[in-house]
Amino acid sequence: MITKDLGTSAPNTWCPGCGNFAILNAIKTVLGELNQEGVPQEKIVLVSGIGCHAKIVDYINVNSFYSIHGRVVPAAEGIKLSRSDVKVIGFAGDGDAYGEGIEHLIFAAKRNIDITMIIHNNRVYGLTAGQYTPTSPLGFRGRSTPEGTKELPINPLELMLASGATFIARGTSHGIELLKKIFKEAIMHKGFSLVDVLQVCVTYFNMYEYYDKRAYEVKNHDPKDYTQALSKIREWDYNSDSPIALGTFYKKEAPTFEERFFQQKTQAIDRNLKINELLNTSI
Amino acid sequence: MDEFSILIGGKAGFGIDKASLIIGRILAQQGFRIYIYRDYPSLIRGGHTFSIIRASKNKIAAHYDKVDFLLALNQDTLNLHRNRLKKDCLFIYDSDQVNPVRNLIQKDSNTGISNGVKIDSDSTCGVGLPIGKIIKEENASEIMRNTCIIGAFCKTVGIDLEILENVLKKEISKEIDLNLKVCRRGFHEAKELIKIEPLAQDKLPLLSGNQAIGLGLIKGGLKTYIAYPMTPSSPILHYLAEIASDFGLKVLHPESEIGVILMALGFAYMGEKAAIGTSGGGFCLMTEGLSFAGMSELPIVIILGQRPGPSTGLPTYSAQTDLHFALNAGQGEFGRFIVAPGDPEEAYFWSAMAMNISWKYQIPAIILSDKNIGEGIFSFDINSIEEISARGGSACGGKEEGPLLWDRKSAYKRYLNTENGVSPLAFVPDKEAIIKVNSYEHDEFGITTEDSQTTRMMQDKRLRKEKYLIEKLRRFKTVKIYGNQNSSVALLCWGSNKGVCIEAAGNLGLKVIQPLVLSPFPIKQFQEALTGVKKIINVENNATGQLAMLIKNYGFNVDENVLKYDGRPFYLDELEEKLRSMI
Repeated sequence: MITKDLGTSAPNTWCPGCGNFAILNAIKTVLGELNQEGVPQEKIVLVSGIGCHAKIVDYINVNSFYSIHGRVVPAAEGIKLSRSDVKVIGFAGDGDAYGEGIEHLIFAAKRNIDITMIIHNNRVYGLTAGQYTPTSPLGFRGRSTPEGTKELPINPLELMLASGATFIARGTSHGIELLKKIFKEAIMHKGFSLVDVLQVCVTYFNMYEYYDKRAYEVKNHDPKDYTQALSKIREWDYNSDSPIALGTFYKKEAPTFEERFFQQKTQAIDRNLKINELLNTSI
Repeated sequence: MDEFSILIGGKAGFGIDKASLIIGRILAQQGFRIYIYRDYPSLIRGGHTFSIIRASKNKIAAHYDKVDFLLALNQDTLNLHRNRLKKDCLFIYDSDQVNPVRNLIQKDSNTGISNGVKIDSDSTCGVGLPIGKIIKEENASEIMRNTCIIGAFCKTVGIDLEILENVLKKEISKEIDLNLKVCRRGFHEAKELIKIEPLAQDKLPLLSGNQAIGLGLIKGGLKTYIAYPMTPSSPILHYLAEIASDFGLKVLHPESEIGVILMALGFAYMGEKAAIGTSGGGFCLMTEGLSFAGMSELPIVIILGQRPGPSTGLPTYSAQTDLHFALNAGQGEFGRFIVAPGDPEEAYFWSAMAMNISWKYQIPAIILSDKNIGEGIFSFDINSIEEISARGGSACGGKEEGPLLWDRKSAYKRYLNTENGVSPLAFVPDKEAIIKVNSYEHDEFGITTEDSQTTRMMQDKRLRKEKYLIEKLRRFKTVKIYGNQNSSVALLCWGSNKGVCIEAAGNLGLKVIQPLVLSPFPIKQFQEALTGVKKIINVENNATGQLAMLIKNYGFNVDENVLKYDGRPFYLDELEEKLRSMI
């Protein structure tokens, strides 16, 4: 039975201490606030992929689309293009968004379609029990790479900036207040927004201490400045031990795909009449 | 003259396609029924392209190997097709490009085989025109060679200049005045040699199978069409994009076929009727999404244009190779509707039906097409559709039918377990409903479950829908019968082989059985169709006899197989000859 509040009857099966709890609690708070501020709950659709992150849609009593691995983005786009007044929030893991489904992410950024992607980036495959992902550091020893990975991670935020995303931010699962702030900003941003959350997998890649030591919130940063954004995004390459900036790195006002797409006005059309007209011109 | 064929050929980029459509329309204006076969290589410029335009008093959907008229814009057209010339073939050619005698005995450029056939200059009447010179004198572009040769053809067969000009004005938007001028030059350069008399019957529009599919989807309530380009289905994408504003359609071309199907499922979740189109390779990429549609019960209509495979195969040629792929694609077990139209009328009617069925039963619907049906051009008779589709009474198909909607009487459950398995739908935004769809096994609310009882209940619920669909389909002609109903020999065919089988059977006094719906397979109607049949000859465009394998599952066996898998359709004369040796 689905309960009246934002919770559901689904038992939560995340490990104790899982970084996903921070994302769940932050988004619930934000959805509650948005409801107060004129974004009604029925106009929200949550989309998720496959992996530990994806269970989040079972735990929130809001419209949802539990998609397949790597395919959060195109489903979210279809929903948005059907009704542009609906807010679509996609949740995806790093394997999901930066691995199997990366083409969709690049194209959504390129289109600047007005959806929000929240990436549960724990830099490890959790649900399949501990393999390396596109953002695991070089030498990561996982079950498929017992000798350590031989490839460097990608910097997904740099990729998003290059692809045309108009909102790029980063948070961690040890900073729920910042997460709330960024999530809300991202959802309210007009255009494609991506929040990379350094969410910690306590079982397969516990990085709490590592992140706590290096993470800091950006100050005196102008997110409208592309060069500043690029340099903040490049400060940490997901591999070296440099400081890890958190906050909103880039924010740009630009026309969205759906604004351009829906320019042609559609009125009520007698389809049969039109079909007959077309057939007559084919004689 | 109420039955003849014209072959027009030249290099790709010569506008052969357009020229064949123009000739088809001119003959349609004379009351003829038309079928155009288009043959082109997978390249943009060069190579050899040709079309065969067949005109007949009766509705047709097949062509002969042999032709009555040859319009040659280059030497290749003559060299490659000289075997097709009938004894009294009329041959019109560009005398600046084609030497009707020289080069006739030479190695075939494709096969390297020396072919010693010579045109008999006494029986084949050649009309040479200096098309190159005319183009130069009029300062016209190369592509206008085609309008020049059309002009000459019309004069040769006694078609009025006025009819020709009217069709040209409709068909050509660029530089129409110059085109008309070049066309008139060709017309006046030629002499009337025979007279094609107009037929006293209605004029019918010409439509490709792909256009008929597009219009059928629109009739069935299509709002959004999404596709990644892939021959032979891309023309649907182009056609719907072109007419999108007339019908208020959204037409999208995303990054990949995976993007295509997932986007479409996003639209379906919102209650918006979407269809997608592809060919085998693209369909491979879609299969995970297809299985997701089966599990999440999101409606989706997929046009699968088959072509010879495996892999890239012959992109611009035709085959019936993906029947079992369509039947079995996607992991897990779920119901699906599959229909294989055999002509544009069936394509139109069943595309609308596919949309209705997909939404009514919340299952995927696949329209199996191929290049022959999709890119072939046919005379289209919209008034015959009711009669050819319904079994007694009115078909009502084709009319948009709404899905089952939530009655708002009790709390909304997206996957409510009902008697027929169909759960009522609600769509975002709805203040009173929370709508959750799920690729995992789920409970009635759409929440993930691994409970054994719920798993079994939901699997039963999904499969139950198919039984009710079978009931609904009894009202329609899902298996069609043609030809001599009393014959004990029946040709079995599906999809684009319908036309050629009906004509061959007509000439040989045989029966034809065409299952239109392939899933859920109409066992009862098929059994009825077999009444009195002692021998089944199965005709397919593949190497393994896929329909024969399918009906074997239901206890029916074919006696002979006639299989063609070189990418080309059966020619009527070729099929007849093969059949004669079997009966």
